[in-house]
Amino acid sequence: MAGKKLKTILATDCGSTTTKAILIELTDEGYRLKTRGEAPTTVEAPFEDVTKGVLNAIMEVEELSGMKILDGDQIIHPMKDDNTGVDVYVSTSSAGGGLQMMVAGVVKAMTGESAERAALGAGSIVMDVLASNDGRLPHQKIERIRQLRPDMILLSGGIDGGTVSHVVELAEILAAANPKPRLGQNYKLPVIYAGNKKAQDNIVATLGEMTDLDLIENIRPVLEVENLGPARDKIHDLFMEHVMAQAPGYKKLMSWTDAPIMPTPGAVGSLIEMVAKKENISVVGVDIGGATTDIFSVFQGQFNRTVSANLGMSYSVCNVLAEATLENVLRWVPIDIDEGTLTNRIGNKMIRPTTVPQSLEELIIEQAIAREALRLSFIQHKSFAVKLKGVQQERTISDAFDQSGSGETLVDMMELDLLVGSGGVLSHAPRREQAMRMMIDAFVPEGITQLAVDSIFMMPQLGVMANIENADMAEDAHKAAVEVFEKDCLIRLGTCIAPLGKPKPGSLILTAEFDLPGEGKKVVELKQGEIIVIPAPYQAINAKLTPAKHMSIGKDKGESHETDIYGGTVGLIFDGRGRPFELSTEKSKRIENLLKWSRSTNEYPDTHLRGGE
Amino acid sequence: MAHSYTPGLKVLHETKVRKDRILPLKGEVVVEANALVTPDDIVARTHLPGNVQMLNVGSLLNIDPTDVEAVMQKPIGSKFAKGEMIAETKGLFGFFKSKVMSPLDCTLESISSITGQVVLRDAPIPVEVDAYIRGIVSEVVPEEGVIIETEAVFIQGIFGIGGESRGELVVVTENREDELTSDMIKPEHAGKVLVGGSFISLSAYKKALSMKVAGVVVGGFNYFDLEEILGYTLGVAITGSEDLVTSLVLTEGYGEIRMGSRTFDLLKKHHGKFTSINGATQIRAGVIRPEIVIPLNAEDIKGDVHAVKINEGIQAGSLVRVIRAPYFGRIGTVVSLPPELQKMESETMVRVAEIQIDDQVMVIPRANLEMVETD
Repeated sequence: MAGKKLKTILATDCGSTTTKAILIELTDEGYRLKTRGEAPTTVEAPFEDVTKGVLNAIMEVEELSGMKILDGDQIIHPMKDDNTGVDVYVSTSSAGGGLQMMVAGVVKAMTGESAERAALGAGSIVMDVLASNDGRLPHQKIERIRQLRPDMILLSGGIDGGTVSHVVELAEILAAANPKPRLGQNYKLPVIYAGNKKAQDNIVATLGEMTDLDLIENIRPVLEVENLGPARDKIHDLFMEHVMAQAPGYKKLMSWTDAPIMPTPGAVGSLIEMVAKKENISVVGVDIGGATTDIFSVFQGQFNRTVSANLGMSYSVCNVLAEATLENVLRWVPIDIDEGTLTNRIGNKMIRPTTVPQSLEELIIEQAIAREALRLSFIQHKSFAVKLKGVQQERTISDAFDQSGSGETLVDMMELDLLVGSGGVLSHAPRREQAMRMMIDAFVPEGITQLAVDSIFMMPQLGVMANIENADMAEDAHKAAVEVFEKDCLIRLGTCIAPLGKPKPGSLILTAEFDLPGEGKKVVELKQGEIIVIPAPYQAINAKLTPAKHMSIGKDKGESHETDIYGGTVGLIFDGRGRPFELSTEKSKRIENLLKWSRSTNEYPDTHLRGGE
Repeated sequence: MAHSYTPGLKVLHETKVRKDRILPLKGEVVVEANALVTPDDIVARTHLPGNVQMLNVGSLLNIDPTDVEAVMQKPIGSKFAKGEMIAETKGLFGFFKSKVMSPLDCTLESISSITGQVVLRDAPIPVEVDAYIRGIVSEVVPEEGVIIETEAVFIQGIFGIGGESRGELVVVTENREDELTSDMIKPEHAGKVLVGGSFISLSAYKKALSMKVAGVVVGGFNYFDLEEILGYTLGVAITGSEDLVTSLVLTEGYGEIRMGSRTFDLLKKHHGKFTSINGATQIRAGVIRPEIVIPLNAEDIKGDVHAVKINEGIQAGSLVRVIRAPYFGRIGTVVSLPPELQKMESETMVRVAEIQIDDQVMVIPRANLEMVETD
C-alpha cells in the first residue's frame, strides 16, 4: 500500500471498564473524527476475550457511520475496492489493571528515580521503588516483592564502570524473592537490567536462570545523563510479548492491529510530548479517572508522567478524602452541610462507583473533591518532575547566593502555556465553566495560560496513531493524529490571565486592553479578589496587559506585556485572586467569595446562587 | 420493551451455591468427590516457601566476598538450627577466629561471591483451606483444591469487613427499621451471626467484638467509624484480610438505612440456621461482594429455583433500589424507561427511569439504580 493515502483509520482503547472506538476519515478539511462507539470491556469472566468488546464497540461505529467495517469477526483492513473496511487499525490497552511494574535502583533519589521515570513514561503503574538505601532490611524487601507480584521489573543501578556490588545485591534480593508474574503461571517474570555495564555478567549469573532477563543500555551511564529511551522501548516490547500475550484474547487482538498495542497512558504521554514539541510550548495534561489520576508534563523539553494510584473520583474517592482531609474538601463547598452525612455520602459513592450526581448539591460536592484530587496529584507531580539529582552544578561567583541546585522541580507555572484536562469529571461537567474553574482552582496557573478539555477522551487512540512506525503509513497517521487532536479532540476553553503577587484587598492589579472581534476595543480593569470572564472566540487577540506596581504577568513587576491571547468556549478569564492563591479561613467570607466567583464565571445555575445568598 | 443493564445484588431464597476452595499454590487435596463436608473440614493443604533472610557473611567476618564459600560450615541446601554456627574464619594460627551464627532454623539457599551475602530460608509455612460452607464436594481440582456445592439461601451485601466466618443465625431486632443496639448483644451470642435492622453504632459493634460474636449483618454503619476498627482510613473498598473476630456485612451502605424488606424477611425466616458469611469486598475490576450463605436442609428445598437472567436488566415493572442522594435507599418499581436523555437538577444529561416510590413517580438517573434481584 506504499504511496496510497490513508483515508480511514480505526482506533480502539480497551479500558478496564469500557472499550472505546473512534473512526477517523480524510475529508476536505483534512482528517476529522467521523464517529465513535463504545461497549463494555470483556477481559473478565464470563467472556474472557478482549476482542468481543472491541467488536461490539466497532459495531456501534458501523451503525453510526453507516460503513461496513466488519466481516463477521474480522476487521476488514486495508480498505477494499468496494469501500468496505478501513485502511489502518490500531489499539491501546489498560484492561486488566494496566501494566504494573516494580523498579529498583541503588540510590533511591538517583538511579531509583530514573528507573521510576522510565517506567512511568512507558505507561506503567509503579508499585514500589526498591533501593539499597530505602531503609528497609533485605527480608522486608523480599517480602514486599513476593506480596506485590509485578508484571515486570526494571533493575538499574550504578554508573557505567562504577561499583558492582550494590546492584548485584539488589539482583540477589530479587532472586531470593523469586517473584511470580501476576498473569499466567507458566512463564518467567520479565526483568530488564538497565544498570552498570560492568555488572552485566554478574546479573546474568544471578537472575539469568530464573527470570526472563533482558540487558539494555544503562539508564544513567554517567551522573549527568539520563538515558530513558532504551528502557521505555524495551518495556513496550515486553508489555506486548509477555503481559498482553497472557491477557485473554490479546493474542488475537495483536494479530489484528497494524502497529503494536500501547499501554493507554504511554500513548497519551507520547501525544502530549508530540504537541509540546511541535508547538514548542510547555504543557501539562491531566486525566482524572475513577481510580487514578495521571499527570503528564513537558517543561524545558523534558517529559514527565506521574500516576497518583489512589486519587480518583469513584473507586478511590474516599482516599482523596483521607489524604486531602474533609476540611480541605469542604472549603470549596459554598453551602452548609453536616460532616457525618457528607462522609457517608462519599463512602456510598466509593461502594457504588457508577452513580452520577442528580442534585446540584451532589455535583458541587463532587467537583469540590475533584479540585482536591487534582491539587494533590499535581503536588506529587511537581515533586517528581525534577532536574537530575546528584549532578554537580558548575557555579560562578554570581551563583554563590543562589541555593537552587540539582533536584529542583521543572514545573514552572509562569512558563506553562497549555493545560489540558480529561476524565469524566472534567470532560463531562455539565458546564464548561465548571471544568475551567476546577482546573484553575486546583492547578493555580500563573501569568497567561491556555486551558482545554479533551472532548470525549480520545487522546489514547490519537497517541497510538502518532506512534505508528511503519513507513508506509506513519506520515499520514501522524498527520491525522495532530489534526484530529486540534479540531475534534481539544475543546478550547480559553485563557486564564492571573497576575502574580499579593495585592491589597480591592486594589487594582491589572489593566488589559484588547480588540475583541466584532466588538471593538475593550478595557478590563481587574481588582484584587475578582474573577472577570469576557466571552471571546478561539482566535488570536492582541492584548496589552499592564500589571500594577507590585504585580507581574510574566515580566518584571509592573512591566506591561503585549501578546496574543486566545478565547474559547468560556472566553478570557481574568483571575484577580492573587498568586499564591489562598481561600479565606473565615467561613462567612469564604462562602461569600465562592458565591461571588461562581456568579461571575457562570459556574452553577442561578437558582442555587439565589438560595445561597 | 425498553430495558437497561443495571447491576444488582442477589437476594435469593433458594439457589445452587458453588464455592471454589483453591490453594494459593499447588498442594494436596484431602477430600474426595461427592464427600459431604461441614464448614470446618479441611479440604486441601500445602506449604508456602518460607520467608527469606539475608546475611552479609563477608562483611560480618570482614573477609572478601570471594572467600565466603570457603568459611561456610555446610554446603548449599543444608539445614541450620537457630544459634548454630554457619561460618567461621580460620583465624591466626587457629586463634582469633570470627564466627556467624544462624539467626533462625533455616536452609542455606545461596552464597554470593560478589556481595558476600548468604540467603537463608525459613521453614515452609503450612496453609490449610477449609470447606467454609456445608455441602458436597462436586469437583476435585487435582493438587489445587475443590468446588463445594450446596442448595442455599444466598444474599449479597454491598460492603463488608473481616473474612469468612460462620455460626448460628440470630435475628435480634424486631423490624428492619430498628437499630442493633449494644443492649441487644448478650454473652450467649458468642460464635453466632447476629442480624439487625438499619444500623449498628461503633460502640455496639465493639461490644460484639468483645463478646466474640461471629458476624453482624445490618443495613448500615458510619463510614467515619471504620477508621477506629481498621486502624486506618479506608481509601479504597478492598477488604477481607482484616483480623476481626466479628465480620461485618452491610446490606445497604453507609449511614442509617433500613434493611431491604426481602433481605430482612428472608433472614428472619431462617433464624436459628447455621450460616456462613464473608465480609470480603473488592470494588474494582473483578468485583467481590460480601455474602451470606445459609445451606438448606433437605426438607427446605422446594426445587423452585429460577435461573436469574442478569443480562435482561431492568424494565417496566422491575423492582429497583435508589443508590444515590437525594432518594438514597428508597425502593420502587420502574414505570418506564424513556429513551431520550434528560436534564437533572445538576444539569447533567443522563438516561433516566421513571420510578414509582410509594405513591409518587420520580425521575431518577438509571446509573443511580440497582436492581433488587429476587427469586
